[in-house]
Amino acid sequence: MTAVVELDHATIKIGGRTVLADASFAIKHGEFIGVLGPNGAGKTTLMRSILGLLPPSAGSLRVFGHTPRCGDRTIGYLPQLRTVLPDLRVRGLDFIGASLHGERWGVPHLSHHDRHMIEQTLAAVGARELAGRPLSQMSGGERQRLLLAQALIGNPKLLLLDEPLISLDARHQEVAIEVVRRVCRERGITVLFSAHELNQLLPAIDRVLYLGNGQAVLGTVDEVVTAPVLSRLYRTEIEVIRAGGHIFVMSHGSDVERADDHVHEHGDHDHGHHH
Amino acid sequence: MFAYEFMTNAFAAAGIVAVVSGVVGYFLVMRGQTFAGHALSHIGFAGATGAGLIGLAPLWGLLGFTLAAGIVMGALSDRISNRDIAIGIVLSLALGFGLLFLHYYTSFATQATALLFGNVLAVDRGMIATLAVLGAITIAALAAIMRPLIFATLQPELAEAKGVPMRFISTAFLAIVALAVSECAQIVGVLLVFTLMVGPPAAAQRVTTGLWSGLILSAALALAEAWFGIAIAYYTDWPVSFCIAMLSAVGYFVCLSLPQRHLSRAHSST
Ligand SMILES: Nc1ncnc2c1ncn2[C@@H]1O[C@H](COP(=O)(O)OP(=O)(O)O)[C@@H](O)[C@H]1O
Ligand SMILES: [Mg+2]
Repeated sequence: MTAVVELDHATIKIGGRTVLADASFAIKHGEFIGVLGPNGAGKTTLMRSILGLLPPSAGSLRVFGHTPRCGDRTIGYLPQLRTVLPDLRVRGLDFIGASLHGERWGVPHLSHHDRHMIEQTLAAVGARELAGRPLSQMSGGERQRLLLAQALIGNPKLLLLDEPLISLDARHQEVAIEVVRRVCRERGITVLFSAHELNQLLPAIDRVLYLGNGQAVLGTVDEVVTAPVLSRLYRTEIEVIRAGGHIFVMSHGSDVERADDHVHEHGDHDHGHHH
Repeated sequence: MFAYEFMTNAFAAAGIVAVVSGVVGYFLVMRGQTFAGHALSHIGFAGATGAGLIGLAPLWGLLGFTLAAGIVMGALSDRISNRDIAIGIVLSLALGFGLLFLHYYTSFATQATALLFGNVLAVDRGMIATLAVLGAITIAALAAIMRPLIFATLQPELAEAKGVPMRFISTAFLAIVALAVSECAQIVGVLLVFTLMVGPPAAAQRVTTGLWSGLILSAALALAEAWFGIAIAYYTDWPVSFCIAMLSAVGYFVCLSLPQRHLSRAHSST
């Protein structure tokens, strides 16, 4: 079977910066891939490339064996930058409905079938009641669930979730991971799930794709999350400590993921979350 | 009051313009671009006075300038259209030019007030026909891009990934706003386009969260405010634009103070 996503000596550049240099890896059908790496490592850029928004400048990038093109309906996407206008009094159903055939010209119209599909998908992620609620009254967690449902609509074969855990508290993060895993297992969807913290993802993921320093390493947690590999990706000396089923990635005595989170809180572009 | 032709003309013209303004304004408010709409109307003022200077009807100058400005703003969208300061400076400059053109314009005072504050009671049949045609074009253009426009407004990152031509949509939308502003300025004047283009849709969005119910309510509110405004003006002899502006403000603040409701059923009206 052809790989779902396959990079072959691919170089991805954006705004003159090389985000990935000569990267090669292949993601198999049905895999749940945790996409990790420090801020600016290129997680978002890679997903945009997979969507066909940013073709590689060298090498090849194939999705289901083809060069990706914008608007591919087999890919579900939850962007990291989620512009939510602060006072948006649009209810969940219309919000999702707008995206359903949003690329077509004309006046929006939801058929019975569309409506049914939206409601079913909302139910699958436990968000049925959000259909009638305006966005401005949803919590960060509820919005996230709505967006997750939206990414699942239309039965995609590949799901790109870019930092879907941002602005969720620990309990909701667990729920979100669990929901994604369950739905994707049931439907045989391949998932790329980017996150800051490895530990929450450990029970769900099949393999990790670790990005950093222009490189990408795909493999099992045991293969990738090791001192030599991460030292290369972080370009600094990294220690990996395993304790009680958790993995701590440390640099000079401090946890890089937590340090990252801290940086992230300040440089966050996500307008959708509430403080 | 309907015995006078100037009154029936006023009602017809205001009716056409109010519906167009309420519908286009709904998207303007949704996109958070009301300031851009405001700026377009001021730029239109320079166009209108400039047209007067070279002997054209003000409407054509208004149309030409707002359309050009709308397209330029759309094309530069990332760099300019959401930058309040750049827009503010350009609109002041436009108003300044408008004044300069007026300076050389013979029928200075009456024209200036008519452009700035509208003069719906002076509308004739020809103007009604022009407004009807422009209004139909505006609504048809909006209907053509409505679906991707909503998608691009609500979720720009996702819309881009789904292949929505973002730049084209934002440019086309501002061109549509330019048309609506030009029509609206004929009724309430360039300074008061907010009364029909922002007040009613903002009020509508306070009370309903459905797309179609919001659009219809917005158009209905604009229509009611325009017509009642004219009626009040007829009986009180106050300026029409003042009456419409007042009703628009009242409508908005009443809706603002209503308890926020939301439809709890997904399958009630869309
Ligand atoms: N539009 C852009 N123009 C120029 N550089 C960009 C742009 N978007 C991202 N970058 C750069 O590309 C690198 C990768 O960014 P990104 O993919 O967002 O990383 P991540 O999602 O892993 O935090 C960063 O160094 C970032 O500054
Ligand atoms: Mg990112």
